[in-house]
Amino acid sequence: MRGLATALLSLVAFLLAWKVLTVVTGTPDYILPPPEVVGERALRAIGSGLLWEHTAVTLSEILLGLAVGAVTAIAVGTALGKSVVVERVLSPYIVAAQSVPILALAPLLDIWFGGGLLARVLICALIVFFPIAIATMVGIRSTDPLLLELFRSLGATPRQRTMRLEIPSALPVIFGGLRVGVTLAVIGAVVAEWAGAGSGLGVLINIANQGLFDTPLMFVALTTLAVIGITLHGVVVSIERRLVVHP
Amino acid sequence: MTVEATIQASRAPMPAGLPVRLNDVRVEFPSAAGPLEALRGLTLDIPAGSLTVIIGPNGCGKSTLLRVIAGLLQPTEGSVRIGDGVDAGPRAGDGLVGLAFQQPRLVPWLTILDNVALPLTFKLVSRLPLVAARQGSTPANVGRTLPRSRPANVARILAQEALDRVGLTDAAQLRPSQLSGGMAQRAGLARALITDPPILLLDEPFSALDALTREGFDGELQRLWMDRPRTVMLVTHSVTEAVRMADRIVVMTARPGAVARVIPVDLPRPRPATLAGEPAAAGIDAAVRAALAEVHPAELTPWLDR
Repeated sequence: MRGLATALLSLVAFLLAWKVLTVVTGTPDYILPPPEVVGERALRAIGSGLLWEHTAVTLSEILLGLAVGAVTAIAVGTALGKSVVVERVLSPYIVAAQSVPILALAPLLDIWFGGGLLARVLICALIVFFPIAIATMVGIRSTDPLLLELFRSLGATPRQRTMRLEIPSALPVIFGGLRVGVTLAVIGAVVAEWAGAGSGLGVLINIANQGLFDTPLMFVALTTLAVIGITLHGVVVSIERRLVVHP
Repeated sequence: MTVEATIQASRAPMPAGLPVRLNDVRVEFPSAAGPLEALRGLTLDIPAGSLTVIIGPNGCGKSTLLRVIAGLLQPTEGSVRIGDGVDAGPRAGDGLVGLAFQQPRLVPWLTILDNVALPLTFKLVSRLPLVAARQGSTPANVGRTLPRSRPANVARILAQEALDRVGLTDAAQLRPSQLSGGMAQRAGLARALITDPPILLLDEPFSALDALTREGFDGELQRLWMDRPRTVMLVTHSVTEAVRMADRIVVMTARPGAVARVIPVDLPRPRPATLAGEPAAAGIDAAVRAALAEVHPAELTPWLDR
């Protein structure tokens, strides 16, 4: 309850500061609209169904991209953590894929994978992959060697060792990667939509910004993205609280 | 087999442990400063069902010796045989050996009950018939194999029994971080005993405890062993503890470790904590100290007085 109150208070302070900024500087609405104008625009966008239409598209891209990216990353990260050979072979490609600007890569991926939902999910998954894979690798490597020897002495199979010792002991670190990953998933979805899509919040931003010169609508889309990011991050944190036993 | 039948079968009488034979064992570790010899020419016969105490200074290879017997470490040279079978080299996780360590090594995110049940959840179905075969017994013992169905239930019931035996009945649902050092050691011992292994290796399991608690533990361990004899090897620094616990005390040389002397302890059991004051025990105590002093003339360090 107290946490909620603090969050609300901070939101009010933020909106006030925003309002004051627009009044003091006298910035026109098409450059920085004041909060009440954005709010009014949001109500209209919600009422007409426009906002939900685009949000649904982006949200599905984010969730699918996150799922594909996270599952692959945990699997690959586990392999990287367990085998130095795998790490030597794969890590240059993984680092390269992460270093190449996703903005430049996205249009190509869009063409290669047919320009549909699949392409956008893959772009999103790609950007999510890196932090989670690296976190998993680091987590797996930091497994207590005494417990590893214990599992060996008890006759655990390699699979049991991975599933019941290494991954559980890496969980706190993996969740660190997931927290970074969810926020990147939001960016990934928007970038993917910019590379070629008919709808989604990224598309809405483009239309509002460059087509309609409707800056308040652009702020509505940006705010929606922020809310998605905060919500998903909160979901990850609450799963982490349930799953990770802090000794 | 039903859960009840399985548990009943697990209480079936078991042969009193397996013998262990080490012949001319050498163990070498690679290190930055060249190979490091931990054991050299170590030959030792451990009779089935005996309680053997290994004593010697730090770094003389006592833990290495236990790891070789547990199959966690392959000797560089020499042979280790467990039981009377033909193919009798130790293999890690074959279920013949229960290990309790100096640090209890409890899995931090599991409850105490699940920690103790852990050994029963790995490959057990294929493991226990092997135990029976090595003991040369009839397939009656194979009945102790857990059924593939509902193994978790059986494991939990057996784990609770193991906790009861070591006096941790109420700690089942706690996490390792909530236990005192002594309780954690008990849990480690319960885990080592839960598969009812014919060989129990104890690597200074009580060394982190205060002297009084430790005497209590020694008494309990002696009682557990008398209730259900098996081959036990206990590593310690304490001569007093060695004399109280052992059938035979094996004094090890400094590194590279080998057997310097084997001193039999032929005293009636159960032996009380006050045993050290009795003349017969004092004589053995003196003999062990003399052997240690002879082997380690430069190392008459305080551990001799403990």
